[in-house]
Amino acid sequence: MTSENIDGGKALIRSLEKEGVEVMFGLPGGAILPVYDPIIDSTIRHILVRHEQGAGHMAQGYAQATGKPGVAMVTSGPAATNIVTPLCDAYLDSIPLVVITGQVPLAAIGTDAFQECDTTGITMGVTKHNFLVKDAQDIPRIVKEAFHIATTGRPGPVLIDLPKDIVDPNSPRSELDWVDDPEMDLPGYKPEKDIDFSGIEKAVELIQTSERPVFYIGGGILKARAAEALRELVEITGIHVVTTLMARGAFPDSHELCLGMPGMHGNYTAVTSMQKSDLLVALGARFDDRVTGKVDGFAPDAKIIHVDIDPAEIGKVRKPDVAINGDCRLVIEAMVDLLRQQDATQTDRSEWKSTISGWQERFPLTYEDSEPGSRLKPQYVLEQLRDLTPEDTIVASGVGQHQMWTSQYWSFDHPYTWINSGGLGTMGFSIPAAIGAKVGNPDRMVWAVDGDGCFQMTAQELVTSTVENIPIKVALLNNSYLGMVRQWQDMFYEERFSEVFLSDDVPNYKAWAESMGCVGIRVDSPEEVPEAIAKANEIEDRSVVIDFRTAPEERVYPMVPAGKDNSSIVVPPSQESQER
Amino acid sequence: MKKTQGNYTILVITVENKFGVLARVSGLFSRRGVNIKSLAVAPTDKAEFSRITVDLDIELEGVSLDQIINQLDKLINVVEIRALDPAESVERELMIVTVEAEASQRDELVDHLDKVGGKVLNIGTESMMLSLVETSSVIDDFESFLSGYGIVELQRTGRVALDSL
Repeated sequence: MTSENIDGGKALIRSLEKEGVEVMFGLPGGAILPVYDPIIDSTIRHILVRHEQGAGHMAQGYAQATGKPGVAMVTSGPAATNIVTPLCDAYLDSIPLVVITGQVPLAAIGTDAFQECDTTGITMGVTKHNFLVKDAQDIPRIVKEAFHIATTGRPGPVLIDLPKDIVDPNSPRSELDWVDDPEMDLPGYKPEKDIDFSGIEKAVELIQTSERPVFYIGGGILKARAAEALRELVEITGIHVVTTLMARGAFPDSHELCLGMPGMHGNYTAVTSMQKSDLLVALGARFDDRVTGKVDGFAPDAKIIHVDIDPAEIGKVRKPDVAINGDCRLVIEAMVDLLRQQDATQTDRSEWKSTISGWQERFPLTYEDSEPGSRLKPQYVLEQLRDLTPEDTIVASGVGQHQMWTSQYWSFDHPYTWINSGGLGTMGFSIPAAIGAKVGNPDRMVWAVDGDGCFQMTAQELVTSTVENIPIKVALLNNSYLGMVRQWQDMFYEERFSEVFLSDDVPNYKAWAESMGCVGIRVDSPEEVPEAIAKANEIEDRSVVIDFRTAPEERVYPMVPAGKDNSSIVVPPSQESQER
Repeated sequence: MKKTQGNYTILVITVENKFGVLARVSGLFSRRGVNIKSLAVAPTDKAEFSRITVDLDIELEGVSLDQIINQLDKLINVVEIRALDPAESVERELMIVTVEAEASQRDELVDHLDKVGGKVLNIGTESMMLSLVETSSVIDDFESFLSGYGIVELQRTGRVALDSL
């Protein structure tokens, strides 16, 4: 074996190439400068962002849409702190990321040097793991370990902090013998689980004998690439499915057994079927408070089967009757195998089915059409957008009312078409995430659905989309307010609106979009909506922003008030008289 | 997994012997507002691993011990973790203490020290330095006995424990 002497910066880029990295998102600065030099000669496409938070969210969008780990690289200090939000977002939503940060030279660490911060300390609680590299020789191994940790087991973000002197070719500390296939050294990390087959037998027995079962599907199904296996399981058993905010698209909304999204703003049938069920089969879901409502009152009659790759999730919120720790796809496949071997004598569930269809008839998602001359209904805009875009369109949303309406009114029929910030609820997520998704899927249409509050947090990344030629489309549901907060003040603070009004006319979104190299369109009336969407769909060479002027007083319905149990679900006024 | 008796829980955690690992472990407690009563860390018979013994009050208000154990186990540098059942383990703690002791008081003091199996480490003109290796409860008792003399300085190591044979 010939040994080859290279420097840490080159070793880092070469290690990333060896991991199959095709694209990375970042912004250079002092401490990371030496690593930016070898990028010029690399096969990796680097996308220069306008803010480090954008780099992180782009890497997330890329990872969510492609299933490949997202990679971001930024410098030390403020750049590292700017990327903490995406790290935390990725941690809560289990998104595989590898983030590389520059750090001051080893000898300067702890001296309050320029742009120094304790990056590994700050990010300890928001990463699956992080590394401070102290020896250039460790770089190839640590990069390999970082990708392994980020992508296996329950995926998550991993950070590598690189002191400048171990990557700077002018520093003697940066020299290393290149190792082509370093051996990982992770004695405490065992992501593969032996699946407990006795648990699967018990689960299948419960499924077969239950009268009011519901499959409660979480984002873990998508992480495990288990959408196909799930469909088989659902069709064999004939059991209804709810897909959480993180699992939209994991099971097709158009399927007759799909009940849609449960939770605080879930539809009535999804929420109530869980609440009244006698068996919840939780697959890659974590009983988030936005799904359970008040935990003590959640699905009081339900037995729980909980399947999760992460043992720390099982029993965290609700003690399961059957716990299966393992990869969702493998567990589902084993369930399907076992079900196939058994007699198909199923419990009679005709009464449950008719109860469910009764709820669906009485409590569909609904809204009132806008009065002539008044502002648009956001739900109407989303219905038009859904109907006028290709079926495999990828949708990325920000956080707030528009996020809930998108999840409610879109019809997700393919996995990996819905990208949002579920756990952390990061405003400003959509534009950079949409850009990342588009980078990973250049041939697909990518729409960001954003609110005006969110848009003002990360809109500058539309400059990135223009300069880097990553055309996305933005449906801005502009109601001049921080809409979700307004809704809470409207419903729970006696309409005392505190600090939620943004502005009716500032900024001028059309002009702002145009100044960033995008096409800007403003839409005020319902008749203009289809035309504007059609026009945006035809534009392929640049990003488009449509400023839809929507009604500020519109509420997201249904709603389970915070702290209440799910039987307290508030339905829209037009359904209040319906029999529950 | 939860094994408790009396008012404490001992967690034994085998970790990689690397910088930053103790911060990751202790950070998990601090994030939940759980106080660590005592902590002992040292390399094991294999130099690449350290053994951390954590002594916790069992009254973890609103915090599940199983949850803490599962989440500690998720830390990449944690190789193994378990709760030791105090009834099925042998535990010891070391205390060294400097106590005020006039010449006239020393016989009584040393007599008591002998009964619990302690040692005299150092003798000064007005004080003595003693050591005792015993269970934490015996050390508690001895410490309160010494407080009658006047404790100048005291250090306890916290529990270390192994499974009973």
